[in-house]
Amino acid sequence: MPYLGSEEVVKELRRALSNPNVQADRLRYKNYITKVIRYMTQGLDVSALFMDMVKASATVDIVQKKLVYLYMCTYASDKPDLALLAINTLRKDCADPNPMVRGLALRNMCNFRMPGMTEYIEQPIVAGLRDKASYVRRVAVLGCAKMHSLQPNTEIDGTIVNELYALLRDPDPVVVVNCLRALEEILKDEGGVVINKPIAHHLLNRMKDLDSWAQSEVLTFLLRYRPRSDDELFDILSLLDAFLLSSHAHVAVATLRLFLHLASAHPTVQADALLRTSAPLLATCGAASRELRFAGLCHVQQVMRSQPGLFGTHYKRFFCGYSEPSYIKFRKMEILVELVNDENVSLVLEELRSYCTDVSPELAQAAIAAIGRIARTYSEKCLDILTGLLGLKQDHITSAVIQTFRDLVWFCPQSTAAVCQTVGACVDSPQDSEGKQALLWLLGEHGDQISSAPYVMEGYIDGLKTELSSAVKMELLTAAVKMFLCRPAETQDMLGRPLHYCIEEESDVCVRDRALLYYRLLQRGVEETRKVVTGPKSDPSMSVLTGRQEEPISEWASTFNTLGPLAGCDLCPQTDATSAADQPSCRAENELLPDVTLSSPDDTEEEISLSLGPPLSHETFEKMWLDLETLHRQTLGFPRPRAAPDTLQAALQLVKIQTLAFTPGDTVPWKAYIYTRSTETLILAELLQGDQQAPGSDESLVVSVKQQPVNQHAIRGFVSVLKSVLWPIKSKN
Amino acid sequence: MISQIFILSSKGDHLIYKDFRGEESKDSISVFYEMVTALSGDQPPVVMVNYGFWGDLMSGLHFIHVRQGGLYWVASTKTNPSPFTIIEFLNRLAALTKDYCGSLSEKSVRMNFALIYELLDEMVDFGYIQTTSTDILKNFIQTEAVSSKPFSLFDLSNVGLFGAETQQSKVAPSVAASRPIMSSRGEQGGKNEIFVDVIERLSVVIGSKGVLMKADIQGEIRIKCFLPTCSEMRIGLNEELSIGKSQLKGYSSAVRVDECRFHQAVKLDEFDTFRILKVCPSQGEQTVMQYQLCDELPCAPPFQLFPSVEKDYVNRSVNLSMVLIFLKLRCDLPPKSTALNVSITVPVPKGSTSMSQELSSPDQTAELQPKNKALLWEIPRFPGGAQLSALFKVDVPGLSSASLLEVGPVSMSFELPKQTCTGLQIRFLRLSPTQTGLSQRWVRYVTHSDSYTIRI
Repeated sequence: MPYLGSEEVVKELRRALSNPNVQADRLRYKNYITKVIRYMTQGLDVSALFMDMVKASATVDIVQKKLVYLYMCTYASDKPDLALLAINTLRKDCADPNPMVRGLALRNMCNFRMPGMTEYIEQPIVAGLRDKASYVRRVAVLGCAKMHSLQPNTEIDGTIVNELYALLRDPDPVVVVNCLRALEEILKDEGGVVINKPIAHHLLNRMKDLDSWAQSEVLTFLLRYRPRSDDELFDILSLLDAFLLSSHAHVAVATLRLFLHLASAHPTVQADALLRTSAPLLATCGAASRELRFAGLCHVQQVMRSQPGLFGTHYKRFFCGYSEPSYIKFRKMEILVELVNDENVSLVLEELRSYCTDVSPELAQAAIAAIGRIARTYSEKCLDILTGLLGLKQDHITSAVIQTFRDLVWFCPQSTAAVCQTVGACVDSPQDSEGKQALLWLLGEHGDQISSAPYVMEGYIDGLKTELSSAVKMELLTAAVKMFLCRPAETQDMLGRPLHYCIEEESDVCVRDRALLYYRLLQRGVEETRKVVTGPKSDPSMSVLTGRQEEPISEWASTFNTLGPLAGCDLCPQTDATSAADQPSCRAENELLPDVTLSSPDDTEEEISLSLGPPLSHETFEKMWLDLETLHRQTLGFPRPRAAPDTLQAALQLVKIQTLAFTPGDTVPWKAYIYTRSTETLILAELLQGDQQAPGSDESLVVSVKQQPVNQHAIRGFVSVLKSVLWPIKSKN
Repeated sequence: MISQIFILSSKGDHLIYKDFRGEESKDSISVFYEMVTALSGDQPPVVMVNYGFWGDLMSGLHFIHVRQGGLYWVASTKTNPSPFTIIEFLNRLAALTKDYCGSLSEKSVRMNFALIYELLDEMVDFGYIQTTSTDILKNFIQTEAVSSKPFSLFDLSNVGLFGAETQQSKVAPSVAASRPIMSSRGEQGGKNEIFVDVIERLSVVIGSKGVLMKADIQGEIRIKCFLPTCSEMRIGLNEELSIGKSQLKGYSSAVRVDECRFHQAVKLDEFDTFRILKVCPSQGEQTVMQYQLCDELPCAPPFQLFPSVEKDYVNRSVNLSMVLIFLKLRCDLPPKSTALNVSITVPVPKGSTSMSQELSSPDQTAELQPKNKALLWEIPRFPGGAQLSALFKVDVPGLSSASLLEVGPVSMSFELPKQTCTGLQIRFLRLSPTQTGLSQRWVRYVTHSDSYTIRI
């Protein structure tokens, strides 16, 4: 469709629409109306034709009516005065003998989003609620919600609410579900629609009449209901049992969620429900629609957090198909890694090995990283494969293998010797900065075991001037210093050059500062330097942090069947899949060498900046906490991080939030007191989970903030920084 | 609840846009399109924008999209709904569009946009799904479909099922099932037809020594009904069909599936004893039964490959070297059956520059795709029991011995008309006697390769 000047088009259309000859010819008239809608969809502003379209709405042709209504709903908010002209026609239609016309008119009238509409629609809606035709009742019920959304701040009309509750008994299933939806919106501020025992049982009995969309929605509403006794609970569960195996994935999953929720006190029932739904879930993972497949895979991953063994025998279902898009392949590989056991390890490795030569470098790297993860348990087999891959001499593969080696050495110290031997024998060096960093780290950390290390290092030092990445330069400095400490004789001459270059000629401040730091350190003497630079070679506790732990189902049940599990991939964008391997080690480095690559958290917090300032004593904190009012309370929307207290403390410290006290371990309620300073104000906060008295804290972390002096802006900034820190820790586990 | 629904062409043109709640402006379309095309390759179905901070699921606008018929079908929402519901709904919307417009393509959506708006208006109100059943919708839908006339064989949505069967007699013409369901008033004349398709998707991994490593079959029975009024239909499946692992009956060659699930409208009172499904089909397409069989193939895998890969130096001094790939492919189908549109993809070493090939018949083609580091061998027809071989000489400058490791695994795609791998058959198809007028019934079988990988 050519984009003529939009004014030209509109002028021409108006001429046509007002032409009496065209108006007389119904077909031509309708054609022009269709044209208007077409332009509207394309984004052309045809609101100037409103007058002509209003005229066109007075017709017996239902198709034409529908088109005109679509137009009017789109532009009503721009032309409220003109839209009022159409209301007469619409109100007349609301009394039409044909229920279809009545419903159509009422629905569209309610869709006019403009102020002052309420007075015109209230009466037709109330009449519609009592209409004989279910079609009109459906429309009228949602009309109530629309009316409320037009004036969100007005008082809730009790009679309408009562009428809607009464309509929950309507014979038409769609009316019933629409009532729930409308009540939910109208009563949003009061916590939504109330699901008491009679309503819950009524809904449960109606489940069979509903279509699948309504079923899954009612199942979601039922999450709100708490059965009074175990008998009632089991009655409900057995009533819903058939829906666990529904052929519609969305119903099966919604039922499972309700099961998990209702049976939260009965772990065996939960486990049984998971077992029974594993078949439909697996079927979803092989569905023809790949989007559905993806959703299925994400939810399988959630289930595996608590029941890693559930899909163990079905590991072949997670082999990647040739034509599958990469977002599915990444997920499948993640699942495969989790499913490895003694029996299937060789088959899984063989499968993963075949992905390593994939045409997509991201996929190949992810496959290599996956093998690296398996290597933490089955190091020998995996090392063979990884070493074999080095023989392919392809840059992206070599780089990924070296990165994997680095992580492996860190997590699994017993494989150090084998890795060092391979690295020593490896002729090519990686070309990208990620790979270079990994290799340098290995050389620095384990230089004593790699005989050729100084020569490789020398190559990098020679190339320092042409190196673009400052991260590589910093890694090089660190590695050179470390190597100097373990092999001084060979490295002494070499070390001076990069230090000199980086101090004298380097333009990047970070690199220069790093070089200066090492230079001054070395001035203090070798032993001093050794104390600072060489930390432990590996941290066995890391494997506890990243290792697989069976989580209680309640950890994830609240986000089951929401966008959360699917969003996981979006939270760390796709490029992260390539560097998935080095994330843990980066974190490890942060802990041991807090000055290496702290991605400055200040970037994320925009204007507000936090600072630590002088420490507060427990007494001062307590006194202030008791004196001050809570200024802000917020549910963070995710549970508390299950990381070790040290990790949490370190993470918070990075963003300049000081931790004062924690409740230890899994005590319920779990609390933490933290504080920080921002532009001339002191912020105190309490993190709370699992307290009966605080609303919403049973599933999610609640933060309460006190402050002196008050500065709302700072509080907002503080809360968002806090979230940004806690979320990733939480999701890592 | 859904805030907006829109359909975009692959180039980002706005085909359909409907705002249900007035929460977001129309700009979100371009925001979505930018996000989804920012990275190469397909994006996961959930894309988000505007979140305050990482993971704050409540404050952002989320787009959930599916890709069908080369189009983006997108729903945006400000709440945190069930992804399964939205994805299945969008799929259903696409299926209904296909039912009503005949086929699914940018062109048919463009031509029938008024019809699709009408559909959307009845399907969703204020962001809540009202109904998606054809039986209910047909009372409200008044616009007539404009069918895009020239049927293109390249229309991918159809080629798998119908495009293939050109040479078989006694098979409904390929275009027969791709017409609008509501065309009774139209010029095509309402033929009272009903199609019952048994479609299986095969996913197989064969190890390097020809060992079957993985075999899954996902199957479904799909009805496409053009009968204006619905009456009960009885579908008889193989009587010896057994479900689940425990029910194996003796040594008979029972047809077995691991599990099956049925459409909720299917009555199963005669299923347990006689394997009869009773259903009142509504107009349009619907899946009445889905089944799967895992880790087992009742028949031999349809294709066996005998590869050999060698390195050959043409001229050592100028380092001109090549890889010889000799493939012998055998089709283990019964002699009367034929596999169609067989294509074989073999990864080749990076840096391959050119290729020459020796194929056994002129209708086969082969080409080197340097972008994908692969060679593609295509065989339009492959009769059962036959064996084809091909020799490929791929020039790879600077070949090392390790490069040979880059050859493989081979993946194949094909379709097997008139064939089900589980052996599931439809014995009979009876419409209840009250049905007046002539009606034609078609039963069709097809097996697709979902993923067929052979390691070298």
